[in-house]
Amino acid sequence: MNENLISLNQLPANQLGKVRQIRSHGITRRRLLDLGLIDQTLVKALQTSPAGDPTAYQFRGAVIALRAEDASQIMIELVSESR
Amino acid sequence: MAITIALAGNPNTGKSTIFNSLTGLNQHTGNWPGKTVANALGRFTHNGRNFMLVDLPGTYSLFASSLEEQIARDFICNSKPDATVVVTDATCLERNLNLVLQILAITPRVIVCVNLIDEAKRKGIELDLRKLEDLLGVPVVGTVARSKKGLEQLKDTIEQMVSGTITLKPIQVAASHAPDGSVAKSAAEDDKFIASIVQTAEEIARQVVSIRQAEPHQTDRKLDNILTSRHFGIPIMLALLGLVFWITIAGANYPSALLADWLFWIEDRLSGFLMRLPNPVWLHDLVVLGSYRTLAWVVSVMLPPMAIFFPIFTLLEDLGYLPRVAFNLDYYFKKACAHGKQALTMCMGFGCNAAGVTACRIIESPRERLIAVITNNFVPCNGRFPTIIALVSIFTAASAGVLGSLTAAFFVLASIVLGVVITLLISRLLSLTFLKGIPSSFILELPPYRKPQIGKVIVRSLLDRTLYVLGRAVAIAAPAGVVIWIMANVLVNGQSLLAHSADFLDPFARLIGLDGYILMAFILGLPANETVIPILIMSYLATGSMLELDNLAELHKLLVDNGWTWLTAVCTILFSLNHWPCGTTLWTIYKETQSWKWTWVSFAVPTITGFFLCLIVAQGVRFLGFV
Repeated sequence: MNENLISLNQLPANQLGKVRQIRSHGITRRRLLDLGLIDQTLVKALQTSPAGDPTAYQFRGAVIALRAEDASQIMIELVSESR
Repeated sequence: MAITIALAGNPNTGKSTIFNSLTGLNQHTGNWPGKTVANALGRFTHNGRNFMLVDLPGTYSLFASSLEEQIARDFICNSKPDATVVVTDATCLERNLNLVLQILAITPRVIVCVNLIDEAKRKGIELDLRKLEDLLGVPVVGTVARSKKGLEQLKDTIEQMVSGTITLKPIQVAASHAPDGSVAKSAAEDDKFIASIVQTAEEIARQVVSIRQAEPHQTDRKLDNILTSRHFGIPIMLALLGLVFWITIAGANYPSALLADWLFWIEDRLSGFLMRLPNPVWLHDLVVLGSYRTLAWVVSVMLPPMAIFFPIFTLLEDLGYLPRVAFNLDYYFKKACAHGKQALTMCMGFGCNAAGVTACRIIESPRERLIAVITNNFVPCNGRFPTIIALVSIFTAASAGVLGSLTAAFFVLASIVLGVVITLLISRLLSLTFLKGIPSSFILELPPYRKPQIGKVIVRSLLDRTLYVLGRAVAIAAPAGVVIWIMANVLVNGQSLLAHSADFLDPFARLIGLDGYILMAFILGLPANETVIPILIMSYLATGSMLELDNLAELHKLLVDNGWTWLTAVCTILFSLNHWPCGTTLWTIYKETQSWKWTWVSFAVPTITGFFLCLIVAQGVRFLGFV
């Protein structure tokens, strides 16, 4: 396995990541794919809700909120150059 | 024969605005404008031809799990509309194209409507719609639905497609993987199909969309950083809600008094007119003192707060604030083993619990949907919270003016917060008992904020709400008045039926801080909650301590004369917040769950909660000797 992969919920705010593997399954997986979260998609972490969870993520021009449990099933690779 | 046109699209794309503008029909699914939870139908005529427009639920996909997606998919697959208009958001075209491509995999008869192009321009997003048309191989029309821009062209295009004058060369996306709409294929094939769609959308967007700014959604992000911030997110939410209540309370006073004066002036005329006719006195009393007066009370006491609260709350919805509420509160719903979208269905419940129950379809997990359905009643609907407002105003606003209305707003806000807390506790309790399970996933879009169409929203929802209340007043309050009058005037053993029933209920009602008349008003108010206070007033008046009540300020005196203390008011408010759902809501729950069992549970859970809460409060306060 690639050592550099982290899960999406570990992505710091305002940092970019690239999706490498989606471990979620069932309805959740389907829903994420439908929203355009597939392999190689660029994701940016935005703000976290007042209680610390869920977190908002931006990808493909839309903002989607995910709970930490769900985000932890999405493996990403940090992308250094933040636009 | 009308030609059938389906209207599909992602949520928050202005699809409903397009539907309304095209058909000129106010769609009414529940009582909450702008939310499509069932297929809404509308008709329009263009160049002499009749079209039937079917508004499908807003969905991201056609092939996933939720009930709404099934409805949309089944309609496109089975009803085979003559054309399907897919409404897309110009500010987020790439994501929206996923649905377009999915629908194109089912039918080539698609018109892509790119809406909100003005917003896109403002955000520095430019779109080459001709290029998009070339790439997709189906007609593309740019619109600004709220100012009706492009709608004529959309109608022209629909007509051309139906007449067959447009050549369709729909793009082929992974046709071999295209699901036929019924049987699910293997997961891997499914993945491949979606991936190819998403990649195609990305490729098309790359060629069509050019972005002038580094971050086109900058303003949205700034707003989000304030409205959902760690320290201010929840305080701002409470402040906004409090503000809405304050405007409602402060604003309702004057029209209430005006309406009361006017309606009771009419009562005098009506009374004089009936007296001159050769009909028996009891008929006069039945019509004037029974029917008309109850109707007048519903209109004067209940209508103003409903007509003010509703439009303001709709503005918050129009702005796009409600998904942020769900975002802010999801953590607490997760702790209760429920779904954050339950916060959205609760917001719908403010308008009407029946609409809130229907809105629970947005929650995919059946377990979490049932929890949301059963607990929806803990949010006071538009027919109940004027009761809370009226009682709070009467018992707290000793100091009139701004301070009085602020105090009242605070107490109303407090009772709503209590409702939310009870919702969370009961949700948790249900998760531990009848509806065991772990929280499912939470995926919620935070759509771009939109400038609310202030004038349009206020006028329309004011009008809607007023007509709705007037309709209910005539259909339910007037007959209820007749029932009350008959009960108050039919004597058995020298005592009226009303007194007998109240006496029967009284010992039990006293136990929970109410009295027999209050409990009976709640029971008779089952068909419509807005009749509870009017029925109560009628009952007290009928028992004779006072014959005339033509001034709102006298209501306080009437209640106190009948033995009310602040504890009675508190318990009545608590019971109003926590008792059985109204008849319409119960029927909706049955339709949504298809189960008498869950309908009964939905009846019992808030009722039992209310009894225990009132019992504890009443006995506790009495034990401590505060009253």
